[in-house]
Amino acid sequence: MLHTFVALVEDKPGVLTRVASLFRRLNINIISLTVGHSERSDVSRMTIVAEAVPGSGHRIKASLFKLENVLDVDDIGQLSCVTRELALIKVAATPLTRGPIFQLAEIFRARIVDLAPESLMLEITGGASKIEGLIQVLNEGENQILEISRTGRMVMRRGQHTSRVLDAMRLTSPEEEPVIPITASDEASLEVFSGDPNHPL
Amino acid sequence: MTEKPAIPQESSQPTRLIGAEIVWATLAGEGVRDVFGYPGGAILPIYDALRKYPIRHVLVRHEQGAAHMADGYSRASGKVGVAIGTSGPGATNLVTGIATAMMDSVPLVCITGQISSKLLGTDAFQEVDITGITLPITKHNYVVTRAQDIASVLREAFLIARSGRPGPVLVDITKDAQQGTADFDFEAAAPHPHRPHPMLSAEHDAICEATQLILGAKRPIILAGHGILDSGAMDQVRTLAERLHIPVASTLLGISAFPASHELSLGMMGMHGEAWVNQAIQQSDLLIACGMRFDDRVTGVLASYAPNAKKIHIEIDPSEVNKNVKVDIALIGDLREILETILPQIAPRKDATWIRAVNALKGDAAVRDIKNLPDLGHLYAAHVIHDLWRATEGRAIVVTDVGQHQMWEAQYYKHDSPRTLITSGGLGTMGFALPAAIGAKIACPDKEVWVIAGDGGFQMTSSELSTVMQEKLNINIAVINNGFLGMVRQWQEFMYEGNYSCSPILSPDFVKLADAHGIAGATVRKRADVLPAVEAARGSDKPFLINFMVEKEDAVYPMIAPGSALDEMIRRPSNGHNPLLETTEEP
Repeated sequence: MLHTFVALVEDKPGVLTRVASLFRRLNINIISLTVGHSERSDVSRMTIVAEAVPGSGHRIKASLFKLENVLDVDDIGQLSCVTRELALIKVAATPLTRGPIFQLAEIFRARIVDLAPESLMLEITGGASKIEGLIQVLNEGENQILEISRTGRMVMRRGQHTSRVLDAMRLTSPEEEPVIPITASDEASLEVFSGDPNHPL
Repeated sequence: MTEKPAIPQESSQPTRLIGAEIVWATLAGEGVRDVFGYPGGAILPIYDALRKYPIRHVLVRHEQGAAHMADGYSRASGKVGVAIGTSGPGATNLVTGIATAMMDSVPLVCITGQISSKLLGTDAFQEVDITGITLPITKHNYVVTRAQDIASVLREAFLIARSGRPGPVLVDITKDAQQGTADFDFEAAAPHPHRPHPMLSAEHDAICEATQLILGAKRPIILAGHGILDSGAMDQVRTLAERLHIPVASTLLGISAFPASHELSLGMMGMHGEAWVNQAIQQSDLLIACGMRFDDRVTGVLASYAPNAKKIHIEIDPSEVNKNVKVDIALIGDLREILETILPQIAPRKDATWIRAVNALKGDAAVRDIKNLPDLGHLYAAHVIHDLWRATEGRAIVVTDVGQHQMWEAQYYKHDSPRTLITSGGLGTMGFALPAAIGAKIACPDKEVWVIAGDGGFQMTSSELSTVMQEKLNINIAVINNGFLGMVRQWQEFMYEGNYSCSPILSPDFVKLADAHGIAGATVRKRADVLPAVEAARGSDKPFLINFMVEKEDAVYPMIAPGSALDEMIRRPSNGHNPLLETTEEP
């Protein structure tokens, strides 16, 4: 079954390798992994979708925590969340054959983001099924798909839920914290937890 | 260059030092007194700065030895061990030792030199991506490219190595970082409070539930693991066992955490555990697993493991919970703290029915026990180890290699005090014994240290005999010499129809080899000569090697063949030297 994890990690070189290596070590295939900035300049956010046997979520989460650069992990499981993926699809199309694709784009709420004499590019955002639906109908049509680029899934839980760790970070940083690029020597200033370390936040 | 202050100042006044000096000053500040290493091009600045600091450096003969020595040092003392190597081959030679420490949760800080940061990634001479190589076998690792980062990274490395479930940390320091200058302030480089593990939560309800299970159990067993030593929970485990008369079975690495001579001690469990230990586990109705990880060598086939027992798992690493064995209650956290919460609710009880039943299981096994067999002129390894135990009164630190002799040691040497058995359990690293013993002797110079190694494993790292002499260490060495890679031969006998493919091994005359290093020795072929040789070794204040020529085709019994249940054991045939397969029935 598919497991989805959201990991908040330190924004440092090599962290992605450590996370990816963990999945390799556990012999678990990563379906998609997206990384990008989070709401804090020194913390990256990963959404990892992996194919693993049911019941393995706990161990994967616990193993992720064992990596020193991992600050927080959320095992999304069946929780209510918003899942999005973006895809760019380049389709062969001449001025004569564009028409049906424009119609499809409208139905799927995709956008035409590039138009060339021999091709056009679609941008579509949504859940995996919506993107795969568009790809399917394009394949069934007259026009050849030339390229597909998909970002992989991003996930955010609905409602008030927020990482306890990032909550703690907000508490420890002054409101008017200046945004300074983090360098290795500034590690000590990255105070993830304040106060009693024996008292989980 | 003028002499620089050797020890970190109390005051927070920064001192201007070069990176290499910062390395030693930080180590000294962390309380390090001994390190094990081997110099080379990319780490020369660090070796040049060594003379200014009060730290003993032990020159090894191979970097694998450095990692094992640091490992043995740590296991004997409980402190963080430090190993040092240069870039490239120096770093890769550490790998086996680092993996050994990782599998057995031993805290190490390994420091490697690295080529200058400007050359990284150019395949420069002796460049290797050691942080990439050691990624899966370290708890964490670092590349340091600037002198000003050395102190804080090293201090964080020490914190990570010894906190939580301990493990090795590698710090790769480029040559330009070693040569650059920076302000050094030990206090200011203190690591920020280590992130607490959000999954560490031995909750009140779970503790109450566990207490009820313990109080209600009729046939409980404590499974004693290495975590008891790491947590320092020896007294708490003993108190729990004594209050309710709970027998205690040990994992290989848990040996010495509970006194072997204690009436509640069962001995080692698992693949080569005594029959009664595994039978008792199978009959048990409650397993209280303390700091152990249900390794495959401990459980036998999982489907039939302790089928009637509820399981309480007290463990610091949440990723170990339900990994192999599904447990009923997991208490995640420090073992000693958790037991201290439970103990006040456990009132002493005087029901000895279960312990009597367990003791009855021992009766049958004692008949087969090799040490009770008549001396028919054969020298058995078990005899040697049993005699060694008697001669040393169980007080020596014994460092074993891996294989048959390791299992016989676990069966026949009764360890009563903590940290007196040092052995590679998880990785099973042959060649571990001699270097690890060097580390143990340096950590505990006043203790008697014995190496017990097979003829195969001893040859893997016997070059460290030279280190023993250079450091003037009084280590005694027992080579259990049967002319075979004994455990391989045993598996070939039992599972490959006696096809001894590549397991006979020729050895040099170990006494002459010792002599070439200036180490005295003796060869023993008869049981009557065992004790005199052991006493000769003990009486000398110099290292001594005894080459015990033992029965060639003896096997370790009992044995649970892979894929068998814990109580389906191959037992020692009762005539002692005519191995036949035999399986016990459920009593």
